[in-house]
Amino acid sequence: MQLDGKTPSGPLQNKWDKYRFETKLVNPANKRKYSIIVVGTGLAGASASASLAELGYDVKAFCIQDSPRRAHSIAAQGGINAAKNYPNDGDSIWRLFYDTVKGGDFRAREANVYRLAQVSNNIIDQCVAQGVPFAREYGGMLANRSFGGAQVSRTFYARGQTGQQLLLGAYGALSRQIGAGKVQMFTRRELVDIVIVQDKARGIIVRNLITGEMERYAADAVVLATGGYGTVFYLSTNADSCNVGAAFKAYKKGALFANPCFTQIHPTCIPHTSDYQAKLTLMSESLRNDGRVWVPKDPTDSRRPNQIPEEDRSYFLEEKYPSFGNLVPRDVASRNAKEQCDAGRGVGPTGYAVYLDFADAIKRDGQDVIRRKYGNLFDMYQNITDDNPYETPMMIYPASHYTMGGLWVDYELQTTIPGLFSLGESNFSDHGANRLGASALMQGLADGYFVIPYTIGPYLATNGVSEVTADHQAFHDAAQKATEQDQKLLAINGNQTVREIHVKLGKIMVENVGMARNAAGLKQAIEEIKSLREEFWQDVKVPGTASDYNLSLQKAGRLADFLEFAEVMALDALERDESCGCHLREEHQTEENEAKRDDDNYCHVAAWEYDGYGNTPKFHKEPLVFENVELTQRSYK
Amino acid sequence: MTTTGEHTINITLKVWRQKGPQDKGRFETIPVQNVETHESFLEMLDQVNEKLTHEGKDPIAFDNDCREGICGMCGCVVDGIAHGPQKAMTLCQLHMRKFNDGDVIAIEPWRARAFKVIKDLMVDRSPLDKIIQAGGYVSVNTGSPQDANALPVPMEVAEKAMDAAACIGCGACVAACPNASAMLFVSAKVSQLALLPQGQPEAAQRAIAMVNTMDDLLFGNCSNHRVCEAVCPKEISIVNIARLNREFMKAGFASEAV
Repeated sequence: MQLDGKTPSGPLQNKWDKYRFETKLVNPANKRKYSIIVVGTGLAGASASASLAELGYDVKAFCIQDSPRRAHSIAAQGGINAAKNYPNDGDSIWRLFYDTVKGGDFRAREANVYRLAQVSNNIIDQCVAQGVPFAREYGGMLANRSFGGAQVSRTFYARGQTGQQLLLGAYGALSRQIGAGKVQMFTRRELVDIVIVQDKARGIIVRNLITGEMERYAADAVVLATGGYGTVFYLSTNADSCNVGAAFKAYKKGALFANPCFTQIHPTCIPHTSDYQAKLTLMSESLRNDGRVWVPKDPTDSRRPNQIPEEDRSYFLEEKYPSFGNLVPRDVASRNAKEQCDAGRGVGPTGYAVYLDFADAIKRDGQDVIRRKYGNLFDMYQNITDDNPYETPMMIYPASHYTMGGLWVDYELQTTIPGLFSLGESNFSDHGANRLGASALMQGLADGYFVIPYTIGPYLATNGVSEVTADHQAFHDAAQKATEQDQKLLAINGNQTVREIHVKLGKIMVENVGMARNAAGLKQAIEEIKSLREEFWQDVKVPGTASDYNLSLQKAGRLADFLEFAEVMALDALERDESCGCHLREEHQTEENEAKRDDDNYCHVAAWEYDGYGNTPKFHKEPLVFENVELTQRSYK
Repeated sequence: MTTTGEHTINITLKVWRQKGPQDKGRFETIPVQNVETHESFLEMLDQVNEKLTHEGKDPIAFDNDCREGICGMCGCVVDGIAHGPQKAMTLCQLHMRKFNDGDVIAIEPWRARAFKVIKDLMVDRSPLDKIIQAGGYVSVNTGSPQDANALPVPMEVAEKAMDAAACIGCGACVAACPNASAMLFVSAKVSQLALLPQGQPEAAQRAIAMVNTMDDLLFGNCSNHRVCEAVCPKEISIVNIARLNREFMKAGFASEAV
């Protein structure tokens, strides 16, 4: 298969204009004849549904929660980047583009990233017009801050709830279209299959979570905006319902899955303490602006942190990276914390935590200043852990947070299945091997508000209105297959709950496909995943029936996907025999333990094609061509 | 992983079980042993559900998603209080250390005429979405706005708008209100948009449409009990209700909006 990214020719700055001028438009009067299914109502899905409906298309939107307002985009705290350059500090579209490509360690497509930077400014305009209450300066202008080590202040924010406010803005726009009858909204639905008729995506099968019924919906195009796969690690900062299901069903139907091994592990999360735990809570990385990360030098040191004198502490980030110190990028901070814990110097009940200490900052600035800056985060920490971070250092540990990999899409955000598009975190397109802080919200909204409304048109205009309805045999077959899988799961009646097996998968993934990977570990993980998959299909216990709200059954289906997907992820990590961004192969490090890229052999997108259950997927490459930036080695010394 | 042992309690749950909207429903007594006090309330329910699953029984159905207090999907009445005993917290952020060994804990779904019980502790809150669909937005199409800084908003106003916008739509205010009114919810959205210049052109229409829809969907009226404010996990103030009342009355004079 030849992967064509469909990048328009010509200078980088003109590509998007050129694309928009040269593509076929859908006649406004004809738009209402076209129906589009959008799955997911996070930033990407809600903004896409609203914008497509405004254009006149007939939209059906689906979400897994009880309301489109609850998608996990809502949990993003920090902010959203844009190249407005309001602070006059040297930002530009080019700089945002360059920072994003470099931050992704040169594993993203230049043209896509440039377009993202171009539309970033429109996003802010749009959100302000919707009434998103961004932080303001006294004069009434929008406030900006520097985020995640960026050297310009380009991040817009709404307290620590930026994701929530942006999502509610998009939800408002979507609600307006629902109220106007332009969008039909289906809540509490989970995608269980994508229906392909004559090689084109023509609809979906969803499980009605309340009745258990398999419902069939046909359309002229299908858009997936279904988020990432971070819960493959079991414990993550993702919400309970986040899963790989929709993207994985697309993969099984022929869409290629790109760079699945690129996952981001966020350094400042509240550590795992016990087996009852269902999720890990992220705390804004702004904490590293004032907190100092350390561990006791002596692994056997059992004194309370405040009783350990300076000379017995190792401030490992400051020691190793004197110029960036505690502010090194997420992947570097995460990896170093793991290294310390693996060496036995970790703290807390499990030994997998490091201290984040505010004692010096409190001494320097006073408790009031620290409270003003981080009060809500400190309260949240205290509520969860019952420790007072004003008096004793916080304990933190990295956790799975965001996934850069996803469905392979071209410049039009179309997957390798014609008529199937993928937006936001569910595609692979813009962040390369590592995502910068405050860029996830930007990408979700860019795809939904400003890209898909243009790029879906040519497909519809070329292919015309489909005559396939939900009564087509392909829909019956797909629904039947999903029902059969349910019956199979219910009949196993084994000894382990879905959760117990998911915990086991999580351990394999954290251990071998997590922050640092090596060939031996990855090979072992692949074998372990295979045998866990066998175990699952023989020993899982799913009570109840398929004709009711049955959470065990829903979760069993999601875990079945993860047990196949995890293998593709490990395989991708094994195949990518270099380090880049968040993907550290221990065999390839610089002397300073930095990711060492191999641009001669791995400057490409790895895209995997499904080849039947239990078979090794087929590997495809899309070479990455950099015409505008020079590939450099990251250094944070 | 380690279990401390010293921080565990035994409790008894009285949980509302209801098979579906037509079922009458009843409380079920479930003793729960060895609850770690570091667990969150929902993790305790997970633990109960694991046990029920092993026994081949139907787990307790409850809504939840982000488990960090922002998505608004969780929420039950615990010992008579929406979201439980801790102030300004969603149920997912309540921890078992707030309870004592031997406690009997009653757990019920939100109860309101407008919210149908779906199963056990899950209710249908789609009427809240319908209120928003009636006008809880600024009518602006994608692509049409001016530059974001062309419309200055004083910091104080932006902060007040943000206070109102922090509503997570969980429905606790409705569940706690003796009239099952959604006034706090409606007022939060009306206030946010009435405070900002962006919301002005549609202010009159919005207030009337949202209040009328609230009435049509069988929510009750506000009679100043203030219990909504007391249970709100985001501490949305009833000042917003006063603002909604002003907006609503003002709108009555804008004849074209009626």
